[in-house]
Amino acid sequence: MEIIFAVIILGVLGLVFGIGLAVASKKFNVQVDPKLEQVQHLLPGGNCGACGNPGCFGFAESLLKGGNTVDDCRVCSEEIKEKIAGIMGVALGKQVRKVATLHCAGGVKVKDKYVYSGVEDCVAANMVLGGQKSCVFACLGFGTCARACPFGAITISAEGLPVINKDKCRACNKCVLACPKKLISLVSVTHPVFVACSSHDMGKDVRAVCSVGCIACRMCEKACKFDAIHVIDNLAVIDYHKCTSCGECVKVCPTKTIRIRE
Amino acid sequence: MNLQEFLSIFISSVFIYNVILSRFLGLCPFVAISKETKPALAMSAAVTFVITASSAVTWLIYRFLLLPFNLAYLRTLSFVLVIAALVQLIEMVIRKTSPVLYRAFGIYLTLITTNCAVLGAAVLNIDMFFVKGRPVAGSFYYSIFQGFCMGLGYTLAMLIMSGIRERLELSRVPKALHNFPIAFIIASVLSLSFMGFNGFKF
Repeated sequence: MEIIFAVIILGVLGLVFGIGLAVASKKFNVQVDPKLEQVQHLLPGGNCGACGNPGCFGFAESLLKGGNTVDDCRVCSEEIKEKIAGIMGVALGKQVRKVATLHCAGGVKVKDKYVYSGVEDCVAANMVLGGQKSCVFACLGFGTCARACPFGAITISAEGLPVINKDKCRACNKCVLACPKKLISLVSVTHPVFVACSSHDMGKDVRAVCSVGCIACRMCEKACKFDAIHVIDNLAVIDYHKCTSCGECVKVCPTKTIRIRE
Repeated sequence: MNLQEFLSIFISSVFIYNVILSRFLGLCPFVAISKETKPALAMSAAVTFVITASSAVTWLIYRFLLLPFNLAYLRTLSFVLVIAALVQLIEMVIRKTSPVLYRAFGIYLTLITTNCAVLGAAVLNIDMFFVKGRPVAGSFYYSIFQGFCMGLGYTLAMLIMSGIRERLELSRVPKALHNFPIAFIIASVLSLSFMGFNGFKF
């Protein structure tokens, strides 16, 4: 007899919950745009926030509401953007892909001014007299940028410098914001020439601490036929609107500070 | 039913018999979601909410359905059923009524469906507040309050753990111990220190 009770009670419980949930799911049904799921499925899912929304789901929502355009996602490839634009039924504008570029070539070549033994993080090290490097502008090499990168595009080399993988980098700007020395910037892939130094010190002072720093000799300025590179405040700066990537400045630079991205 | 009783329930379920560190319930999210404070807090809030609600519902099911038909031995089975259904229902209601709260709870609410801390709380309530198949005076309110306090204890443990692990991120840990192994070591040390509330029994 008891077993029948057990079966009945549990059966009734299950039935009541089943019906209850079915009714509730009808009653509390939330209409979701089927496009939302499709778009979200296509998005990279790195939740980097470069578009200004809280993660990819936020971007998909904003996209449907018209707050963002497909181009605002810096991470998706052109192919995926086209697919999303297809779902949304809009045309796609063209945008040149950018890549994070490090403006320092020091690393182990720059000597330490003291032995730092604190938390292994650039932001923390930077708080102690601007870091352990004898050049105030130099990369500290603790890899805060590498940890900030949601795509694993940055690794710290044996030289003590972050190496940015051009193919993995999606120009989300996270490393740019993470670096306490502001050494990383986003440069179009179409412009491979860059200055691998950020020091505004006088040439003599740069030479004293680093063999690959910009010494503000103005050789590049003279070599450039397009008026695209200038020494401003003791540092060579490339005007990418004028630069044709001819490589003349790279050839004449005595410290090999101006380089071509591999 | 008096204030003293409530106070002792509070102290015992938050500290002495802390649901994670003394009873060892709900260890999976304790290790998996304690890397940062924010998600850990969201998880704790969701657990507290569900434990409190399920304490009330399981008490009612036990008292008015299982006891009259002499089916006390079916409690684990029916509690699992009740909790699963309850969590689903709560999720639907929250999704409809408060998208903000739904976003804050995120996936954690659904994860709790099979969290043993919730089932453990329900079973413990029955064990403690029923004597020989009869509810003690004020048993219903005690159950709900104990459920809530266990949630608080859960929150406390999660907060301690996530705080420590956030700091650990910045310190030099031997490579072999990185991430989970060191988390387990910390969990054991924390558990030892919480055993201090209880004392040794030989």
